[in-house]
Amino acid sequence: MSVYDTYEAVIGLEVHAQLSTKTKIFCGCSTTFGNAPNSNVCPVCLGMPGVLPVLNKQVVEYAIRLGLATHCTISPTSVFARKNYFYPDLPKGYQISQYEEPICQHGYVDIDIEDGSAKRIGITRIHMEEDAGKSIHDMDTDTLVDVNRCGTPLLEIVSEPDMRSAKEAYHYLYFIWQTVKYLGICDGNMEEGSLRCDANISVRLKGETKLGTKAELKNMNSFRNVERAIEYEIKRQIDLIDEGGPVVQQTLLWNADKNVAAPMRSKEEAHDYRYFPDPDLVPVVVDKEWIANVEKLIPELPKVRHQRFMESFKLPAYDAGVLTQERELAEYFESAAGQLIKKNEENYKSVSNWIMTDVLRVMNEEKIAVSDFPVTPEHLGAMVNLIADGTISGKIAKEVFDDMLRTKDHPKAIVERKGLVQISDTGAIEKEIDLILAKFPNEIHRYRGGEVKLTGFFVGETMKVMKGKGNPKLINEILKKKLDG
Amino acid sequence: MSVTIKDVEHIAKLAKLEFSEAEKEKFTHQFNDILKYMEQLNSVDTTGVEPLAQVIELKNVFRDDTVKPSTSTEEALKNAPASSDAHFKVPKVIG
Repeated sequence: MSVYDTYEAVIGLEVHAQLSTKTKIFCGCSTTFGNAPNSNVCPVCLGMPGVLPVLNKQVVEYAIRLGLATHCTISPTSVFARKNYFYPDLPKGYQISQYEEPICQHGYVDIDIEDGSAKRIGITRIHMEEDAGKSIHDMDTDTLVDVNRCGTPLLEIVSEPDMRSAKEAYHYLYFIWQTVKYLGICDGNMEEGSLRCDANISVRLKGETKLGTKAELKNMNSFRNVERAIEYEIKRQIDLIDEGGPVVQQTLLWNADKNVAAPMRSKEEAHDYRYFPDPDLVPVVVDKEWIANVEKLIPELPKVRHQRFMESFKLPAYDAGVLTQERELAEYFESAAGQLIKKNEENYKSVSNWIMTDVLRVMNEEKIAVSDFPVTPEHLGAMVNLIADGTISGKIAKEVFDDMLRTKDHPKAIVERKGLVQISDTGAIEKEIDLILAKFPNEIHRYRGGEVKLTGFFVGETMKVMKGKGNPKLINEILKKKLDG
Repeated sequence: MSVTIKDVEHIAKLAKLEFSEAEKEKFTHQFNDILKYMEQLNSVDTTGVEPLAQVIELKNVFRDDTVKPSTSTEEALKNAPASSDAHFKVPKVIG
């Protein structure tokens, strides 16, 4: 047994989700990403003296949505507090956040682990706060500050230290990512920083109940980095303890290029934030009626949808998982499935296959969002109908699909335009097969001598002369009859 | 509770202010006087009184999520001691 197996990690995550509101949390400036520097600013988010922040109602509603989706208690009254520290990207000298009375508390989520088991991770709290601006450090002598992001609404989701491995942390983060996207409250774009994650990590001998000294890990801006960085940090701490050294409480920054976590320059006394209630903002009171109204806006969540896809459409667990990964894709599948004339397991699976292979492949290659995909779900469903009723073969369908990608035409129109209708006329197929068989007497001999796999050769030859339009099922049947007969 | 010179130094540091020894002495006394004055509140019996975060009796003051015109970049940077390429320019900070 390796020394690593005698230890366990204790991990808690703090996830910041940038909300997809149109405006900032306390002023009417736009939250659009990528605008010219310092163009989405006003006296409020610039921290000018004498201004008054006014809370964006949508932010509260989004917070309640996430709270309900993660089984939290929604606080009847919650207040904002000032977190005081000096940094150039924080013009006011304090961040407006929530401290003693956050909007959501005491929730949980059930995450899926690879082995098929589920694990419950506690949610300590979810609170509303404002984002800071951006500093550009890669200058020789100065730092440049862009305040556009300042005041962008965030929800900070704090988990209990319930995770025991980097894998579990990954699955928890994935769950949160998927949930905020389904709820339509955050676009989940980790590269643009819409979802950010910090981890608190400590290790202890298995069986020990006391917590070890923790380190905070920041700057992990992708799922892969989160897993790798946490794994790195767990190993580092075990090695330290194993060599007899103590773990120092500190903040580490993950360096994705070098695959190491380096200590952040320690800001002495920086953690004395002197929180106090913000006198500029009044309490947020959420009554039962408001909660009930928000509850109505919560869509079917991924886990439930996954289950339903398996039950209603008889899809394998894997298919259901891929299709429900994102809400838009799940809706795409459902719209396509809704077009089916014969609503049976085979056709549902066919739609699923087309989405998982062709649709997703093109989406990834061309970086297209589901909503912008040239083949509408209605057209995809109609195409599967054409396959199901024998109008076209699966092979011809590939050609139709490629045509739909380019022209956005209805599959029926494409089939007519290109004359792709499958030949299901037994007589016509028999005629072609007789000609082929006459051409290959040797192969017939070999087939009858036991080389059964030559069937494929005959099917191929027949298809070739019929330009792919012969009904493969009929060709197979007729060939078999003639060869075996 | 009594404030020491160490507390004053700590608070000064957090506020990024520097004081002479004489000033620190003076503030230590003043801080203690203020706290002593505030201690009078401790004589009030607050059993069963909910803590208050806000003295105005208002709640739920909201805005709708509608974009309002922003200040121009030029205007925004007008009071900045230094700016460059539409950014506020500050002494180098190590991130």
